[in-house]
Amino acid sequence: MDFYLASLCVFLAGALYLGLAAVVASFRPPRPRRSRRLNALGAACAALGCAIGFIGAVQVFVNGGSAARLLWGLPVGALALELDALSALFLLPVFGLGFVCALSGGIALRHVRPGEHNLAAHWFFFLLLLLGMAAVMCARDAIFFLLSWEIMSLAPFFLIDFNDGDSKVRDASWVYLVAAHLGAVFLIAFFVLLWQTTGTTALSVEACAPLADASPGLLSTLFVLAVVGFGAKAGIAPLHVWLPEAHPAAPSHVSALLSGAMINAGLYGLLRALCLLGAKPSATVLGNLPEWWGWFLLFLGLATALLGILKALGQGNLKRLLAYSSVENMGLMFMGVGAGLAGMSSGDGWTAFLGFSGALLHMLNHAGFKGLLFLCAGEVLHAAGTVRMELLGGLQRKLPLVGAAFGLGAAAIACLPPLSGFASEFVLAMSLLDGAAFPGVVRQLCLLFALAGLALVSGLAAALYVRAYGITFLGEPRTGFAANAHAVGWRWLWPLALPAAACIAGGLFAPYFFDLAAGTATSAIPLPQGMASAVSGAAAQMRQSLAMIALVGGGGIALAFCLFAARGLLLRRNGLFRENTWGCGYQASSARIQYTAASFAEPLARLFAPVMGLKTRGGESQGIFPGGAFFSVSAPDRLRTLVFAPLFELVERICNACKILQHGKINLYILYILATLVGLLIWGLTP
Amino acid sequence: MNAGLFFLIQLLLALALAPLLPGIINRVKAKVAGRQGKPLLQTYYDLAKLLGKGEVISRTTTWTFASGPGVALAASLCALALLPLGGAASPLAFGGDFLLAAYLLGVGRFATMLAALDTGSSFEGMGASREATIAALGEPALFLAFLILTSLSLDLGRGAELSGFDARAAFSLSALFNGDMAAFQEAGRPELLLAPAVFFALLLAENCRIPVDDPTTHLELTMIHEVMVLDHSGPNLAMIVYGAALKLWFFAALVAGLLVPPLPLWQQAGLSLLAILGIGAAVGLVESGMARLKLTRVPQFLGMAAVLAALALILTQAR
Repeated sequence: MDFYLASLCVFLAGALYLGLAAVVASFRPPRPRRSRRLNALGAACAALGCAIGFIGAVQVFVNGGSAARLLWGLPVGALALELDALSALFLLPVFGLGFVCALSGGIALRHVRPGEHNLAAHWFFFLLLLLGMAAVMCARDAIFFLLSWEIMSLAPFFLIDFNDGDSKVRDASWVYLVAAHLGAVFLIAFFVLLWQTTGTTALSVEACAPLADASPGLLSTLFVLAVVGFGAKAGIAPLHVWLPEAHPAAPSHVSALLSGAMINAGLYGLLRALCLLGAKPSATVLGNLPEWWGWFLLFLGLATALLGILKALGQGNLKRLLAYSSVENMGLMFMGVGAGLAGMSSGDGWTAFLGFSGALLHMLNHAGFKGLLFLCAGEVLHAAGTVRMELLGGLQRKLPLVGAAFGLGAAAIACLPPLSGFASEFVLAMSLLDGAAFPGVVRQLCLLFALAGLALVSGLAAALYVRAYGITFLGEPRTGFAANAHAVGWRWLWPLALPAAACIAGGLFAPYFFDLAAGTATSAIPLPQGMASAVSGAAAQMRQSLAMIALVGGGGIALAFCLFAARGLLLRRNGLFRENTWGCGYQASSARIQYTAASFAEPLARLFAPVMGLKTRGGESQGIFPGGAFFSVSAPDRLRTLVFAPLFELVERICNACKILQHGKINLYILYILATLVGLLIWGLTP
Repeated sequence: MNAGLFFLIQLLLALALAPLLPGIINRVKAKVAGRQGKPLLQTYYDLAKLLGKGEVISRTTTWTFASGPGVALAASLCALALLPLGGAASPLAFGGDFLLAAYLLGVGRFATMLAALDTGSSFEGMGASREATIAALGEPALFLAFLILTSLSLDLGRGAELSGFDARAAFSLSALFNGDMAAFQEAGRPELLLAPAVFFALLLAENCRIPVDDPTTHLELTMIHEVMVLDHSGPNLAMIVYGAALKLWFFAALVAGLLVPPLPLWQQAGLSLLAILGIGAAVGLVESGMARLKLTRVPQFLGMAAVLAALALILTQAR
C-alpha cells in the first residue's frame, strides 16, 4: 500500500507542478529549452510514479493485500482505498504500460516545437489519467469511485485532442467525450440504485449484504446498468463506436495506454459489480446469480469479438484497425467472464474457474501486445507520416527494428504458439471445452458452438494480422510516404523492448502468469465450496498443459533456427543470387500492382458483407476510350451512421424544439416564474 | 518394448515415408487417366535435387521471406510430434494438445503468407489473401470436428466410471485418436462416421487439394498454395515441398487414427500405415473424379464440412 500511495503522490505532485506550468505556458509559449525540460519532467514523473506503483502492485502478490482510508473525506462517502489481488492485477497493465508509454511519449515529443503544443498541459493530463486509473482500480467507495472514474474519463479528452489543429481529431475527441459520459450516466444510476438498496456508499461485500434479500428484478436491473456503463468503457458492441474514432486520433503513446490499460477498467468494474451483486454475508461465496447473466455476457462477448475482428479487416488505417482489434479482444475477455458465470450457475467448477482466469490472463497479455502494436504504429506514423496502409509497404527494410517488433506483436495477438496470445486463448478455449459436461443439451451446445465461434475469431485474427503486417511492412513501398520514410534507431525504440519481452515471456513462462491470474480469480471471485476439487484439478492440469506448450513451442523455435542455419550452410556451398520478383512473365512490374489492404480482405469482405459493410466508390472505366478511373473502399461503422447518428440528430431536434421556451425576453421569463409560483401555490393549497 | 522408443520409430517412419504420399496421389491420378505417370518416388528425387541447388531470391524480400519455409516446416514437425502415430501415444501428449496442433499448423500458414507478401508480387498477394480466407473458414470446422471427439471421450470417461479429471486429461490427440472411435461406431452410433468424413474434407482443404485448390494447375491466377511459393527456390523450396508432405501425413494420420481399431502394437502400426497410404490413394481418386470448385464456392465446401461436424456434435450430445 505504501508504494501505491507513494506513486499517487508522485502523480499528484507532478500534475500540480505541470498544471501551473501549463497555465503559464498558455499565456506565453516557453522557450524551446524550457519546453524540452517540461517534457522530460512530465515523462520522468509518469515513469517514476509507474515504477513505484508497479512495485506496490507486485508486492500484493507476495505479501497480500491491504487497505487504507485517507483522513480527509468527502461530503458524502469516504476516500477508502483497498489494494487486493484483483486491484493489483489490473494495476499491473496500468503501471507497466504507463511506464513504457511515458518513456516512449517523452522520446516522441522531444522535438515538438513549443509554439505548436503545450507539452506541460499534455503531461498534466497524462499524469491525471494515470492517477485516475490507479484510483479507480482501488476505490472502495461509490462516490470516490465515480470521482476517479470521471478523472480517468475526462483526461483522455485532452490527450486525444493533442493535434487539435485537425478538425477530424477534434471530432474524435468529442465523440469520445460523449461516449464516456453516456456510459457514466448509467454508472451513476447503478451506484445510486446500489446506494438506495444498501444504504451506504461503501463498496465492500459486507456493506452490500442487504442485496442478498433484494428482488431478482432489482438485481437484474443493477446488472444491466453495470453492463451498459462498464461495457461502454470497455468498448463492447454496440457501444464500441468511440474506440475506432478516438484511438487513431490520439498520439500513439496515449492510444497504447488507452487501449492496453484504460478500457480494462470496464472489465474491472464489471467484475467488481458482479462480486458485489452476488455477495452473501454468511458465506464467502458468490451467491446464486440468475443464470441468464452468464449466457448473456458470453454471447455479447462473442458477438463483440466477431464484429470487432470483421470491422478491423475492413480498415485501411493501421491505428483504426488496431482499435477495432481492441474491441475484439475485450469481447474475448467478456466471453471468459460469461463462461465463468455460466459455469458457476450450472455447477461446473472447471468452466467457471478457467473462464474467469482466462479473461484475466487475456487482459494481462492484451496489454502487452496491444501496447507494443500501437507504439509501433506510432513509430510508423513518425517515420512515414501516415498510417494509411494503402500508402505504405516495404517498411521492413527501412525500419527493421520497428518491423520486427510489430511482427512479434502481430504473431502474439494472432494467437500463434508459443507467444502470449495463444496461452490465454488456450485457457479460454479449455474453459468452453467442458461445455460437454453441462446439464442439458442446449447448454452444452451453446458452449461448444461458442468455442467454434472462438475458433472463427482466431482464424480471422490471423488473417487480419497477416494483412496488417504484410501490407504495411513487406513488399515494395507503394508511395513516396513509404519510400522516403526515415530510419528510426534504437534510441527511439528501447522502451518497446519491455512489451516485446512481455509477449515472449507471456508464452514461454505462461504457467507463472496463469498462476497469477488464476490465484487472483479464485481470491476475488469466490467459487462455491463444492467446486474446490474441480478448481485445484483444473489449475494443476492447466499449469501442466501450459508448460508443455512452452516446451513444444520452445523446441519449435529451436528447430526453426536449426533449419534456417542448415539452409545457410547449404547456400554457402550452392550460392545465393538476387533477382527481381518473378512477375509471371510480365516484365514492367511496378509497386502499384501489389495486392493492397483492401484487395487482401476482399474475399472475406464478400462473405461477411452484411457485417463488414464496405462502401466502394468508383470502379472500372467504361467506353472505347476510357478516361481516368478511380476506386476507393471504406468501412464506415454502420452502428454509428445508422443508429447513433440518427439518434443524436433526434435529440438535437428535440432540444432545438425546446428552444421556443428560451427566447431571451426577460418579461416572459418573469412570467414563467410567476406561473410556476402560482402553480405551486395551487398545488400546496389543494388538500 | 519401450513406448517412447516405439513412438520415435513411428515418427521417423512418418518423416521418411511422408514424401511417398504425394507420389501415391499422382500415381493414382495417372492410372485413372490412363497415363504412365511420374515415378512413385518423384518427391524424393525433387527434394534431393532442390537441396543441391542454390537459391534465387527477390531483391524486394527481407528475412521474413528467407525464414518463412523454415518456420513452417518446424511448426509442421512439432504438430506431427504431438500426434499418436501407429497406435503409440505421443510422449508430448497433454490435455488440450489438439488446440496446440491446430494453431501450430496456423503458424506455418502465417509464415507462408507473410513470405508471399514479402515478395511484393500481385500473384503471391492474391494467393495469401485466398489462403487467409480459407484458413479462417476452415478453423471452426476443424474445431467442431475435434469437439465431436472430446464430447465422446467425456461420454466414454463417464461411462467407464472415470472421475471427471481423468476424462479431461484425456483431451489429448493421443487419447482422442487411439481407435476408440472405431469401437464406438461398431456399438451402433453411425452418426460418428461423419467425423472421419469431416476430417477428410478438411484434409482436402488444408492441403490445397482438389476441389479447393489444384496443385497441378499451370495458371497462376487459379492457384492458391502454389502461387504463394512461386518465388522460393533451392533449399527453401525443398522445405516447402517436404512441409506440405508432412502436413498431408498429419491429416491422413488423423483420419487413420479414427478408423483403425485398437490392435496389438505392431499390427496396429502396420494397419495405420496401410490406412494412411490408402487415404493417399483415396485423395487421388477424389482428384480424378472431381473438378476444382469455383473460388466463390470454396466457402460453401468448408461450410458443408462445418455443418456436418455440427450435426455430428449435436447427435453426439443429444444421445
